[in-house]
Formats: sequence, structure tokens, C-alpha cells
Amino acid sequence: MKRTPLYATHQQLGGKLIEFGGWEMPVQYTSITDEHLAVRKAAGLFDISHMGEALIRGPGAEAFLNHTLTNDLSKLAAGQGQYTLMCNERGGVVDDLYAYRLAAQEYLLIINASRIQADLGWLTQQLAAFDQRNEVKLDNASDATGAIAVQGPRVAEFINSCFPGPSAGGTTVARASDLKKNQIAAFRRADATIWVSRTGYTGEDGFEVIAPAPMIEAIWSQVLATGKPYGLKPAGLGARDTLRTEVCYPLYGHELDENTTPIEAGLGFFVALDKGDFVGRTVLAAQKAGGTNRKLVAFKMTGKSAPPRPGYPIWGTGPATSKLGQVVSGTQSPTLGIGIGLGYVPPEFTKPNTTLDIEIRGRRAPAVIVPKPFYRKAD
Amino acid sequence: MANVPLDLKYTKSHEWVRVNGDVATVGITDHAQHELTDVVFVELPDVGRRIKAGEACAVVESVKTASDIYSPLSGEIAEVNQAVVDDPALVNSEPYEDGWFFRIKLSNLAELSALLGPEQYKMQISGA
Repeated sequence: MKRTPLYATHQQLGGKLIEFGGWEMPVQYTSITDEHLAVRKAAGLFDISHMGEALIRGPGAEAFLNHTLTNDLSKLAAGQGQYTLMCNERGGVVDDLYAYRLAAQEYLLIINASRIQADLGWLTQQLAAFDQRNEVKLDNASDATGAIAVQGPRVAEFINSCFPGPSAGGTTVARASDLKKNQIAAFRRADATIWVSRTGYTGEDGFEVIAPAPMIEAIWSQVLATGKPYGLKPAGLGARDTLRTEVCYPLYGHELDENTTPIEAGLGFFVALDKGDFVGRTVLAAQKAGGTNRKLVAFKMTGKSAPPRPGYPIWGTGPATSKLGQVVSGTQSPTLGIGIGLGYVPPEFTKPNTTLDIEIRGRRAPAVIVPKPFYRKAD
Repeated sequence: MANVPLDLKYTKSHEWVRVNGDVATVGITDHAQHELTDVVFVELPDVGRRIKAGEACAVVESVKTASDIYSPLSGEIAEVNQAVVDDPALVNSEPYEDGWFFRIKLSNLAELSALLGPEQYKMQISGA
């Protein structure tokens, strides 16, 4: 298993270490519920150094990425990012990711830890066949780069003392907390450049910090010490999963895989059909127009039951009940106190208030489809 | 170090047993509840069910996972604790008292000698 620069820190903090996507990561420090609620009420600190970073530079970078990713990259100003997907020719998802325009001809992709090899392989392959390949430079910066996520309603109160402004690249801001959602800026720190974005995977306000790997340990320690008086707690992958499930964010390998399209997953908003051709466009255009065989729904358990889990069968509740699909993500929601889940069902069963049965250890427990997301932060 | 009461017997799979004549009360240990952290759901066997030692007969769920609970002994389920079904957090706060799971009317008292004593269980969890 691989280890991030924060491995020793996780051990010192009493983190319970598990395997995730080939990495030895903390699933929790105190308890998942505790850490989850800290993020919703104050602030949580996550090690996301296991994630991958790819740098794409050159005059052909924008065209190459717009050909390979589904969202419209040409909309990005320097210092802006967007959620996007990378699809194969069948419209199946190779990965979901964030793409940032750091400068006019410089892009940073933040990709899933479990997909680093697959993504770089795919990008390399696509680049080899790209007309303007001599005008594009692709680099895998994953091993040299670390990252942390600081998430919660109180983060904006202490982030500036950790990363004093003004910015030195990307979006021009006097202070980090001036960044708007999806904006990214460079800040100087000890003769190096680090990037701070106003993004996250929890549904709360927050920032993500991307820095050279040797700097990450000191950055973590400073953020933790600075944020503690505001309620900041270290948070592990367990809370990361319950937080994203509550806001219905997909996790690759669950809602998304190479045999699932963004349209099936309800992510058509991030597929810009009218930007020109891109890998997978034909299939995705047909699906947007003509529909799909299955669609992702959010549901909650309605009786007292065990929580839904990935792999549990989903049944209809009408007189002719048949198996409709299966759960891809599920948990007991720490914020809502009920079982919540995401799963795929045929399109005729997707209306909110449709009743379902979730099969848990051979017995069926009642559930109901609800609109996404389960939780929305107060504004 | 987790609490390991001296008046109980234990299994390798982290159940504890309190014997009273030919009835045994079963729960999960302090070590087990600490590993699970927040218990959100408990599924108990039906009263009257016949079980064998080592048979999975209950489930305890944390936020992250579902874990099987194994019967330490053979017999018939005599009673189950509705309190942990209504309030799963009892398993974390009182694993040896109000957080008990079920009671067995024992069919084979000889099986008691196969259970671990508190010192043996302590050694197992400190090595873990």
C-alpha cells in the first residue's frame, strides 16, 4: 500500500488506517459520526494527498482537454475550475474530476486516487492520436504533490491566517477567503507556490490546498493548530463518504464506472454537447435526447431498519414486483438519523415519492425515492 | 486498554457471556464496541430459535459496516433485548450492562469450558 506524506501524522493522531484505492488511509480518528458532524457544524481537515494531479500545458492544451473531457473548458478564465468527466467512446466514465485553468495555457486536473493509472494511460493514449499533440505537454504530478481539504462553515474565519494574501497567480484576490466557489489562486509559502481553491466534496463551504509533497506535513499542522479554536477536527475517509452521500455527490466505482454514462448518473449538466466534438459525444447526445435504460435515484428508508449498503437489491412495491436494480451507495446519515442511499432503477420508477423495497440480508425494508440532495447547507 | 470484566467469559469473535445456571446472557465486548464506534442498528434473533455454538445469529451495524455476531454456545434463544433495537447507542455506552443482545437456554453446559477467560481475552486484544 502507498502512504501519503501525512502517514506519520495519522498515526500520531490515532487514525484507524485502512486500504483505499491502493493507499493506507485513515477511515476515522475518533468516530465517523463525530467527524461528520464537526464538518457540518464547524470544520474538518482531510488528507487528500492520495488523489492524483495531472498538468496539461501548451497552446494545444485547451483543445486537447475539451476533446477529452465532457464539460466546456473554454468557459474557464485563468483561476477558475469546473467539475467534469472523462468518457470512453461508449460514453462510459473513465473518471470524474476537477479541471482548473491555472493560467492561459496551463491546466491542472485533480483525479481520483483509484484512477491515477487509468486516467494517465487514457490521456496519454488520447494525446498520441491528437492532431496538435506537439503543442501539448502532459505531466503526471501525483507523486510530487500533496493536498488537504478544509471543510465546514467556520473555515473562512481562519483560512487567511494560514495562507496570507495577496494571491500570486490564478484569480487575483487580496485574501484566500475572497475566492468565490470554484476559483483557485496561487499563494507564496516559503519560496514555493501552493494553490488554494474554494471547492470541496462535502456540501459545506471550504477550501482545498494543493502543495509540493514535502510541504504538506507542515501545512497540515499549521491548519490544525489554527483551526482548533474554531472547532476544526481531523476527519477521515469514513466521514468523507457519509458527507458526500448526504449531498448526492458521486464516488467513482459506485455511481460511476466505465460502463455507466454521466446521463444515467444524472450528470447531464456537466456534458456540454454544443461545445464541439469530444470522446463519447455521439452516445451521450443520443442518451440526452432519447433517454437511458436506467437512472440514478436517491432514496431514504421509511421504517426502522438497517441502513442500505452498496450491492443490496432494489425491488418495486407494486403488485408485479420485480428487481429494479441495486444500491450503489448507502449509509446511516449522521445528519438526518435515517438510512439513505443511491441506486440505479429503470426510468419509469424514478419519480420522487415512488416506494421501493431494499433487500437487506434476505428481508425487504421499505424506502421512498426523494429529490436530490438529502441535505443542503444553510446559506 | 478496553474494559474486560473478570466475572465474564469471552469468545475470539469478541462476544462476552454471563452464565446464570443454564441461562447465558450474550453481548459484545468494550473492545468490540470501541472498534465499531457508533452503532446505528442491531438485528436480533427470534425468540425460540435453536442455535449452535459458532453460528451467526445477530448483526450489529455501525455507520460504515455490518458485523455478524456469533452465538458462543448452543441452545435456544430465550429472550432478546429490545432496548438495543430501540436505542443502538446502548451497545457503545453500556456493552456489559443494558447493551446485552440475547439470552440462551443452554443445551450443553460442557461447551462453557471452551470459552476464553478474561486473561486469555485480554491477551488476544492486546496482541491485536
